[in-house]
Amino acid sequence: MPPSARNSAKPRPVYLNLVQIRLPLPGMVSILHRISGALLFVLGIPVLLYALERSLASPESFAALQMSMAHPLAKLVLIALVWAYLHHFCAGIRYLLIDAHVGDDLRPARQSSIIVLVASLALTLIVAVRLW
Amino acid sequence: MVTRPLRQSVGAHYGWKDWLAQRITAVVMALYTLFLLAVALYNGGFDYAPWIRLFDGTTFRVATLLFGLSLLWHAWIGMRDIWMDYIKPTALRLVLEVVTLIVLFAYAAWLAQVLWERT
Repeated sequence: MPPSARNSAKPRPVYLNLVQIRLPLPGMVSILHRISGALLFVLGIPVLLYALERSLASPESFAALQMSMAHPLAKLVLIALVWAYLHHFCAGIRYLLIDAHVGDDLRPARQSSIIVLVASLALTLIVAVRLW
Repeated sequence: MVTRPLRQSVGAHYGWKDWLAQRITAVVMALYTLFLLAVALYNGGFDYAPWIRLFDGTTFRVATLLFGLSLLWHAWIGMRDIWMDYIKPTALRLVLEVVTLIVLFAYAAWLAQVLWERT
């Protein structure tokens, strides 16, 4: 559709400055879904494959993997990846429900976005406490 | 008048297939994740012996490969969306998409190797 046909009524303000945009909560969930997905691709998949390979290769490599995962820095990276997975998981289920028209009105969509943010952080906290 | 959409080789031509694939692969991964989590909680974590025993079964290996392939397909759709949204120059976008694909295929081969190398 040409632009002239679309905004025939009145000019609307367009804010595409990322610093100025104040995202609503569902927007936060959405951009974090994307960021967590990118993080899982860049770091999560290679780490997962490496860890799987080491864990299965031999009892020695399994023990060595446990040792290296005990390092505080490794734990921090692991917790970040766990958060990314959990957020991506919870937000993904929310999107599947919205696809099925469950909770796609404004109010429940806002509420479920809060649930996703809080639940993934709470679950990450549980994992972090158990890990440390 | 019906106008034919402009089709670019790095554009999102078959959007609905990707949309559906993204959801099917997500469900496969979610089920696998919940299953593995349940086994882990039931076992109280994994030592080497039960971990190895789990991966000795062909069924679990195939399920893991299925999870992995779903993950890689899912990641391809997601990463391509990201490249399409933020990378404007077509040539650079094509390069990034090709690199993403090659990396994902390499991961698939690596996963198959890891799962079956001990047999």
